[in-house]
Amino acid sequence: MGTRMSADGKPLPVPNPTTQPYFDAARKGQLRIQRCPRDGFFFYPRARCPGCLGNDWSWQDVSGRGEVHAFTIDRMGHDPALASEVPFVIAVVELEEGPRMTARIVDCAFDDVRIGMPLEARFESIEDITLVRFAPSAGVDRLDDQGSCERSSMT
Amino acid sequence: MSFSGSFAVVGAYEHPTRWAPDKTELQIIGESARGALEDAGLSLADVDGLFSASMSLGGMGIVSVAEYLNLKPRYIDGSNIGGSSFVSHVTHAGAAIAAGLCDIALIVYGSVAASDASAIGTGMRGGRDAGSAFVAPYGQTLVGSYAMAARRHMHEFGTKPEQLAEIAVSTRGHAALNPKAKMRLPITVEGVMESRMIADPLHLLDCCIISDGGGAVVVTSLERARDLAKRPVLVQGCGEAVCHQEVGSPDLMTIAAKQSGENAFRMAGVSQDDIDLCTIYDSFTITVLMTLEDLGFCKKGEGGAFIDERSLRYDGDFPCNTHGGQLGCGQAGLAGGLSHVTESVLQLQRRGEARQVRDADVAYVNGTGGMMAEQVALILEGA
Repeated sequence: MGTRMSADGKPLPVPNPTTQPYFDAARKGQLRIQRCPRDGFFFYPRARCPGCLGNDWSWQDVSGRGEVHAFTIDRMGHDPALASEVPFVIAVVELEEGPRMTARIVDCAFDDVRIGMPLEARFESIEDITLVRFAPSAGVDRLDDQGSCERSSMT
Repeated sequence: MSFSGSFAVVGAYEHPTRWAPDKTELQIIGESARGALEDAGLSLADVDGLFSASMSLGGMGIVSVAEYLNLKPRYIDGSNIGGSSFVSHVTHAGAAIAAGLCDIALIVYGSVAASDASAIGTGMRGGRDAGSAFVAPYGQTLVGSYAMAARRHMHEFGTKPEQLAEIAVSTRGHAALNPKAKMRLPITVEGVMESRMIADPLHLLDCCIISDGGGAVVVTSLERARDLAKRPVLVQGCGEAVCHQEVGSPDLMTIAAKQSGENAFRMAGVSQDDIDLCTIYDSFTITVLMTLEDLGFCKKGEGGAFIDERSLRYDGDFPCNTHGGQLGCGQAGLAGGLSHVTESVLQLQRRGEARQVRDADVAYVNGTGGMMAEQVALILEGA
């Protein structure tokens, strides 16, 4: 299975032998993705490169920097287990290295999120798994003249 | 003999039920099968090809359907590609008929999605594939995926929420004219904008309405169709396509309808200007707008202006989803997709009643599955 439920009913990823290095790196606060010698970086982690189906890819630590490509705000809590977390922002994040990944945006007021906003990776552990989050890049404390982006220090 | 125009839809039935807590989906399937066969002037004994797909009967649901209908078909196809399943079944039936594998194909579906309180598109508890591990934990939903596409479209092309709302308004206007529609009260752009936000920037009234219901169509060769009761509706063009779904989507702004549409137009030998009406899968307002762009009815990014300039009403210059679509008529599970086929057939047979498009001879049907990933096209022509 790709996912399981946490003790409080939230969906969590289940690593498999191929994806385990991604989760091991996240555990240590590092974003790590695969790179094919011909087709470059790709995401999500998988056994075969989506460009050529080759298996001579390698894991590479990447910057963790990216930007908001698209996002939505969940105010409803469609998934009852996540209802306590609303409102939350789910985004497609375009990594500096090219691939796009889905993630939550954290450490930012939900109505301050904008497409193109520079981001950097954050990491949040739930039970025995670490999820990659993204927060506005350091130095982007103010998004524009009107809206400020509340930052909280990482612990 | 060319494949284009070699087969036809000869019977169509849209089940009138929108709320059926007292029925099973197999009962609705039985009622729909009978309805479509009567419409074609055929009986169950004539059917030798069976096509169906189900959200709730499981991967082998087609077997349950055959058992319930007491059919022993010599050709079966249970392909399930979500809401586009039945649009593709029409093509598959034509291919099977052309190959001599069956003569009379029944495509049928029923659903009690509403009375089962199935909130389609709002949950994503993950799947068996590894990719789901990289989406589901973040709380992503189907509606959330479409919302992201809408947000990106607004960012890249300046599309306005009011333009999406107008799609809902014109579609609900058609629902008001369709006695089988679930939501028959007209709405306004302001009403859409004031309805509660489901997944920003999609409001409640940007989303289709979950319903019970179902339907069926009967497909046969052109030769056989000539002997039957109703005006045959020829399949002149078809196309199927699939693109990345959810994680790893290379481009949120282009959907596979571009590929399925180009193939369908080429096969039919017609252009966008030849289309008299469209039935476009309308899970959400953004689905319609992006599909119209990728089918070439307007340029990429100009969908908003297209909505401003054209009228999608049945009596306008671009009749679209004249039955009220899934935004008004209802999304009876996967049959929301089948309703686009039955409506185009009824229109081409001049059976559109209060919502009949004048002189409608060529229709474009577009089915969508999943997160706009599966796209199926049909170009139909009244013989």
